[in-house]
Amino acid sequence: MSSTRFVRQFALTGGRARSLGADLDLDAIVVRQPGEWPASRLGPEATTIIQLLDGPLSVAEVSAHLGVHLGIARVLVSDLAAGGHIAVWTAEGGANGPDLVTLERLLDDLQSL
Amino acid sequence: MTFSPSDATMTLGDPGRAAAPPPRAPIVRPLKIVIAGGFAAGKTTFVDAISEITPLTTEAPMTQYSVGLDNAGEVRTKTTTTVAMDFGRLTLSPSAMLYLFGTPGQDRFWFMWDELSKGAVGAVVLVDTRRLSDCFGAIDYFERRSMPYVIALNEFDGRLAHDPDDVREALAISSAIPVMSVDARERVDTKNVLIELVKLAIERRRHRVV
Repeated sequence: MSSTRFVRQFALTGGRARSLGADLDLDAIVVRQPGEWPASRLGPEATTIIQLLDGPLSVAEVSAHLGVHLGIARVLVSDLAAGGHIAVWTAEGGANGPDLVTLERLLDDLQSL
Repeated sequence: MTFSPSDATMTLGDPGRAAAPPPRAPIVRPLKIVIAGGFAAGKTTFVDAISEITPLTTEAPMTQYSVGLDNAGEVRTKTTTTVAMDFGRLTLSPSAMLYLFGTPGQDRFWFMWDELSKGAVGAVVLVDTRRLSDCFGAIDYFERRSMPYVIALNEFDGRLAHDPDDVREALAISSAIPVMSVDARERVDTKNVLIELVKLAIERRRHRVV
């Protein structure tokens, strides 16, 4: 990534590389909230994210589809969540990892693929 | 504050009567598995074999500090590089999505591994048996963190350079860790590796004293 592009990406978030809350996990799932959303008040990148969200997407996917690096995607997603436009779901169990019930369900799902 | 449909409902709500709940976005939880391995060990091929999407790439900038000596004494230099990660996705149910993240195998990307490993189901270490030493770092990393992992020997061109038992011995891997031969292009092989990993994760979880 060239330094020019790097600087330009930070301009998208007003120079913020960190979101207001805790850093979002790269696998946190972003889901569009049902209802109206005011396209005119959102920036072009935020509007693009809302449009991408026909189905649930991870923060990593948002980053890949937008062509911005992970830190930028985190800030844009956090802003949309703070504005009530999207819901963000993180992994159950957090840093401890999934519990036994979740793992057993995963095993069933994989075996029936 | 921008418009949100739920705001109106809350302000108009009658305290004596429960208002109809506003429509909310469905809950969808992520699960993740780390796919580790040396350069060109077949990580993206492995992810692609089972992913429902063509693997995507996300980039994260990283700052490296290196300490060196010159005529003036100790100098610290700071460089910024970008780490690229390929990943794929599998929708398990309307409320659960599995992500497979391929991580760069080089030691200097450990910081990325920390983030990826946090809360992960476990890891698959993909091994090119012609370059066995490429996976030492990954194995050490997962061993130190007691993270469930399995070893998948990628059969290039249908030929396996080493027998799985020989590789287990060469890597000094405990018999509790599955070592499997796979063709990373084959979905059924990828699926079986993930199943072995989840079985191991379940076993570890059952025996963990919390």
